[in-house]
Amino acid sequence: MSDPTTINCEEALRLLATYLDGELGGAEREHVARHLKTCRSCYSRAEFERRLKAEFDGLRREEITPAFEQRVRRLITEF
Amino acid sequence: MPADEGGGAWFEHAVLEVLPDLLGTALRLTKNRADAEDLVADAIAKAWLARGSLREHDRFRGWIFRILTNRFLSERRTLAGRPAEQSLDEGGPEFSLFERLHQPFLLWWSTPEQEFLDKLAREDLARAIDTLPETFRLVVVLADVQGFSYRAIAETLAVPVGTVRSRLARGRALLQSVLWEHACDAGLRPTVHHRKPDIA
Repeated sequence: MSDPTTINCEEALRLLATYLDGELGGAEREHVARHLKTCRSCYSRAEFERRLKAEFDGLRREEITPAFEQRVRRLITEF
Repeated sequence: MPADEGGGAWFEHAVLEVLPDLLGTALRLTKNRADAEDLVADAIAKAWLARGSLREHDRFRGWIFRILTNRFLSERRTLAGRPAEQSLDEGGPEFSLFERLHQPFLLWWSTPEQEFLDKLAREDLARAIDTLPETFRLVVVLADVQGFSYRAIAETLAVPVGTVRSRLARGRALLQSVLWEHACDAGLRPTVHHRKPDIA
């Protein structure tokens, strides 16, 4: 009989994105975490997805020009 | 304390703090700087008028992003006549960049996924996001660029959490397929050179 607390690669990969987004709850999160500790292939995939996800952070903020900041300040004070 | 107590000082401070994030998002949505700045300015004006509806300061970021997103969608609907939302949530092949990069013939040479990530530039990612259909671009930007939760995105877009999840999965798959094309163009995938037959 299979251990209900373990999941196979297919199931782990199905849940991986939600897990990496921090949106997986309770038991499922534990199952994925445990699977990644024991499966080198899925761990590699998870690390790749994690690093790719981190690359998005570079797009989070855009430099504000002095002219645009002034436009925003004027907008607020003139209302 | 209600957020609108204390005049506009708190509002100006809060706006300036999130301004680079708002512009970063607007730029990915509109794809050009002038339109992005107009969208942000429009959202700030709208937010100022509606500031009385914000009950807690610590909800400001999500609140103003919701206004920005809704202003963008509203403008698009006006321009297009109606939203191009339907039928995009379902289907489509799963695409995994990792699986493409991790093929045995690539692994003979090095660790291609590592190499790919090392070479990935901010501009490459921005260009790839810009190619996504609007429905998917929105959720990818809100989730992956700005880090909003599924629930916050669902509230912003007025759709179920499950829809956010499926759009995000589809958007990411599309994004990875674009990045794969980039990887091919950049020479990360070996190309087979067919030798032309010698002409006698």
